[in-house]
Amino acid sequence: MLERTESAAATEAVGERLGRELEAGDVVLVSGELGAGKTTLIRGACAALEVGAPVTSPTFTIGQRYEGGRVAVSHLDLYRLGGDLSGEDPGLLDDYLTPDAVAFIEWPGAAEPQLGRIAWRVEIRHAGGDGREIELSAGATGRAA
Amino acid sequence: MILALETSCDDTCAAVVDGPRVLSSIVSSQASLHERFGGVVPEVASRQHLELVNGVVTAALADAGVSLADADAIAVTSGPGLIGALLVGLSTAKGLAAASRLPLVPVDHLHGHVAANFLEPEPLAPPFLCLVASGGHTLLAGVRERSGFEPLGATLDDAAGEAFDKGARLLGLGYPGGPAIQAAAEAGDPEAFDFPVAMSRDPGLDFSFSGLKTALVYRVRELGEEATREATPDLAASYQRAIVDQLIGKLRRAASSGEWPAVALGGGVAANAELRRRTAELCAELGLRLKLVAIELCTDNAAMIGSAAGVLESISYPHYLSYDAFATDRNSLRPS
Repeated sequence: MLERTESAAATEAVGERLGRELEAGDVVLVSGELGAGKTTLIRGACAALEVGAPVTSPTFTIGQRYEGGRVAVSHLDLYRLGGDLSGEDPGLLDDYLTPDAVAFIEWPGAAEPQLGRIAWRVEIRHAGGDGREIELSAGATGRAA
Repeated sequence: MILALETSCDDTCAAVVDGPRVLSSIVSSQASLHERFGGVVPEVASRQHLELVNGVVTAALADAGVSLADADAIAVTSGPGLIGALLVGLSTAKGLAAASRLPLVPVDHLHGHVAANFLEPEPLAPPFLCLVASGGHTLLAGVRERSGFEPLGATLDDAAGEAFDKGARLLGLGYPGGPAIQAAAEAGDPEAFDFPVAMSRDPGLDFSFSGLKTALVYRVRELGEEATREATPDLAASYQRAIVDQLIGKLRRAASSGEWPAVALGGGVAANAELRRRTAELCAELGLRLKLVAIELCTDNAAMIGSAAGVLESISYPHYLSYDAFATDRNSLRPS
């Protein structure tokens, strides 16, 4: 599914529609360059999941966990890890990738095989000015068993 | 006397603090790792803390010339931060405390940044305004009492330090981004590019830096590689100014209420020379006392955690054994 948006608010609205489809245990990968609107889209999805707290960038702490919404929400950002978990503690993300939570993962990179069953992939591309192309694909885990 | 631990982000820190006096403060920084991998830390968190924490605690005690038996309590950052990283500090602190039947004091990392101002030299007493700006946080705190603070405003998206880091990355400058942008900006014109100062018309005290980052992305694309390289000093100076303008704008708005006789800065961004200069100007203009703690107390450290612990209730043995870390800004410490 390909969406075109012309503003941050419209990107957030795409996230909100996606958020309504999500259930506990779903892992959503969100890719795109710096400033593409990854956190903006996730903020919309979190609104649909009834997260009450402000959704801010987890770049520095790598992970944020929001409780108290329709389901628990984990928001991860592997930017500082360069998408590479190979040198890391294998349990680093265990507290976030739990069956009772929806997990959004920015900058998944090469870590993808360690991120569990992927429910959705979102790819956001700059398309001139404030325009963005947002590609959403469901399922297709691509995970080596 | 308090032994304090801090492991909420990259640095493994321990300190010994006696009231406002810092007897020792050890920070095992991974800065060399950052540099080696161009701002990307492949092994950022829990394992690194685990390897370093015992040595850092031992060094803090040795530096202070005390032993664990001299401590009255163990303090530790309980959040916010990466859960795995926090747990290394929390588990170590619980173990140290339980073995000696000492009380434990869990401390909010942001309260730690505020409490850095209670330390010598020239400790600051409430009431004061404190702007905490770092890679992970941007918070304007109203401090009326030592034991806590009122969050007056916070970032709605990216942190100020994150804006520096990502801006530096876009401009191909080094890491960490704050010093890199500041250095590049010295030869640049802060008015060369008109970057948006977000939230300037917003009546509240919250911050937003995500739009500024996106504006820089657009500008770099428009200019292309070569023109960007030529204009890097101007881009850095203009970008830095947009960040500082927003921080100062909100600080001014909060300070104008008249209820705060002093202003303090904390967090790694407090090391930025332009922010320090502009804050000093603002304080001179409004007739407020300015408190700038030493840079090593601005960036993550355990002395500030010990300082906060000194004014907080402690939890006696064995009641803390069931306490858990928290990973977001909004959750409070809770029994698991």
